[in-house]
Amino acid sequence: MALSRIASSSHASNLLKPLSTALSIRRLISSDSTVPLTIETSLPFISHKCDAPPRAVDTSASELFSFFRDMATMRRMEIAADSLYKAKLIRGFCHLYDGQEAVAIGMEAAITKKDAIITAYRDHCTFIGRGGTLLEVFGELMGRICGGSKGKGGSMHFYRKQTNFFGGHGIVGAQIPLGCGLAFAQRYSKEENVTFTLYGDGAANQGQLFEALNMAALWDLPAILVCENNHYGMGTAEWRAAKNPAYYKRGDYVPGLKVDGMDVLAVKQACKFAKENALKNGPLILEMDTYRYHGHSMSDPGSTYRTRDEISGVRQERDPIERVRKLLLAHDIASEKELKDIEKQVRKDVDDAIAKAKECPMPDPSELFTNVYVKGLGVESFGADRKEVRATLP
Amino acid sequence: MATLFQGVGAVTPFSASSSLDSNKLLLPSRKSLSISDSRGSIFVYRSDALNLKAATRKQDLLIPNAVATKGETSTSAKSGHELLLFEALHEGLEEEMERDPRVCVMGEDVGHYGGSYKVTKGLAEKYGDLRVLDTPIAENSFTGMGIGAAMTGLRPIVEGMNMGFLLLAFNQISNNCGMLHYTSGGQFTIPIVIRGPGGVGRQLGAEHSQRLESYFQSIPGIQMVACSTPYNAKGLMKAAIRSENPVILFEHVLLYNLKERIPDEEYVLSLEEAEMVRPGEHITILTYSRMRYHVMQAAKTLVNKGYDPEVIDIRSLKPFDLYTIGCSVKKTHRVLIVEECMRTGGIGASLTAAITENFHDYLDAPIVCLSSQDVPTPYAGTLEEWTVVQPAQIVSAVEQLCQ
Repeated sequence: MALSRIASSSHASNLLKPLSTALSIRRLISSDSTVPLTIETSLPFISHKCDAPPRAVDTSASELFSFFRDMATMRRMEIAADSLYKAKLIRGFCHLYDGQEAVAIGMEAAITKKDAIITAYRDHCTFIGRGGTLLEVFGELMGRICGGSKGKGGSMHFYRKQTNFFGGHGIVGAQIPLGCGLAFAQRYSKEENVTFTLYGDGAANQGQLFEALNMAALWDLPAILVCENNHYGMGTAEWRAAKNPAYYKRGDYVPGLKVDGMDVLAVKQACKFAKENALKNGPLILEMDTYRYHGHSMSDPGSTYRTRDEISGVRQERDPIERVRKLLLAHDIASEKELKDIEKQVRKDVDDAIAKAKECPMPDPSELFTNVYVKGLGVESFGADRKEVRATLP
Repeated sequence: MATLFQGVGAVTPFSASSSLDSNKLLLPSRKSLSISDSRGSIFVYRSDALNLKAATRKQDLLIPNAVATKGETSTSAKSGHELLLFEALHEGLEEEMERDPRVCVMGEDVGHYGGSYKVTKGLAEKYGDLRVLDTPIAENSFTGMGIGAAMTGLRPIVEGMNMGFLLLAFNQISNNCGMLHYTSGGQFTIPIVIRGPGGVGRQLGAEHSQRLESYFQSIPGIQMVACSTPYNAKGLMKAAIRSENPVILFEHVLLYNLKERIPDEEYVLSLEEAEMVRPGEHITILTYSRMRYHVMQAAKTLVNKGYDPEVIDIRSLKPFDLYTIGCSVKKTHRVLIVEECMRTGGIGASLTAAITENFHDYLDAPIVCLSSQDVPTPYAGTLEEWTVVQPAQIVSAVEQLCQ
């Protein structure tokens, strides 16, 4: 269990409890302490053509605390989105990320907002990680103008230019060449930043991945390709779709690393390692072994191609939030009650955001024609009836 | 006030050799004819009936002269420099790369090889391998890469060795290039230029003779332009690079060796404007790219037969310059569209719909659209000739329309 591994960390002396009994709340390490802690990852890294990073991860109490809070926010947000979808306030496609939060959070902890992230359609939590607000998420999901893309993108099109989050793409695999383009631009402008291009185990069989990998390796682009392997490509298990499901090895000449994607500290360590490596040696593949509790999207129950036992088994043993909770309790950074309070607060924040988003208006019909072109072309565009809705493209 | 005088059509015959002097193909601006049509009245017009006002409408700091007959005036005959169309593209590209360090080129064989049509010759030596990037043969991903780079603010120019290969990149062009500005709520602009030669060449075979204008025209958010002379090739190339919208620049395989004299001073053309090639009174002929030359050849025959066609090179395939076209339709009341695109769903089909919708009352006759046959381009030379519109067909179509 987590306790035994933590006890073997090098800061074992810090775990000795103080002798004073006057305080009612015995806090060894306060939750906003930035004193470094070293915690070991639960599983070793498996590497391909590179040296694996060490298992001991540097973190701090405040960081762990923020992990818990952010992951709880993401989890709550996705569950709320589930209910909103069933209440028909969110339509179309809604791909939920619950279970995979550790990947988004761990990645953010290892990089800066100047590094670029691009992902596919399971992007709600990545958007939050990059600085998006709950209001923007719910607004966009419900198609209101307060949404991140003014309601014109939807669930699959979240972007945040100021923090270098490049979306949000609906077509499987199409974001991979875009990600290489971002890395190309970083190399072109000689910035010391990297691009994390996320894709899934389903997209790992796309040709454009290998084309982009070839180019990135050819020109030493600082691109890190992260395969979020949740073991199911839509409704098909990975072993039925890929001859070689060891995605971290499929880069062949590109080094790869397999990471336990449910362990936020392992993700953080891997991303930190990847960033250092990519800036020196070119592209790298990270395979995050993760799991999604929901189906592929809201129209998929998620139980026809896997058993409920499997899902609940993963939830019991590998849930990322539970892992951090145990760490926080074991290191005495927070008490049970405090964590429960956080969860309550998160629930309230999410409910407030939903209520606010519900009050937000739908976009005006004139918004149909904005942002088609950048510059005004004076082009006329019509709605279906060619009479009522008729505008000059601004 | 009517002035009657006999026009002298002193033009040299059209030669199908590889090096053409496009100046000789243009009819002199000062000419007019008097003919009587079926209604018995005499048609005359004053010379130099040029739409200069329309052309200058949208230009602010650009040399606005979109009229191709500018090269005829004797005062400017010796100024400027003569070059071939691919050299004009090269010049435009180089000037833009010099001006803005964010402009970069990527494509197959553009760097060390110098470009398969020599448009990027010498640029890799001058600007380095990263700025003039030789890509592997992976259209989908290098177009995607260009779009990703454009999202960050770079201004890439993606060259397809042949337009037909860009079909492999259709997903990237449609979803990511065209729609990203919209789906991101205006956060990202994609100032990319996608260019390449297309069209029917000399027995290149079906897969290498495709006209992609028709496939790309419905993609919302992109602009499409087709160049036809060295003058407009350079101007459109520069305008496309400076534009914040994604632009697809269609060149033609057979037009790369056209020679023309272009001005020394810098000029940028407007992407959304059509070019008045030959003003006229009887019929409006709308065309673009290589068909412009077939139309001008037919125009010679027509002039000798007594017709007065107005020829407009539409240049902007998306959006159409309905202003210039509309002014012309209101004047002549008859429209003939001559294009190299396929019959079904081509540019001509959209243009017919657009003109009918907007200018229906001004039309005296149904719009006739001459396009290529709906067949894959055959290899045999004689068959290939029959897939595209030939001048003789244009002449007979005009005669039929003007009855």
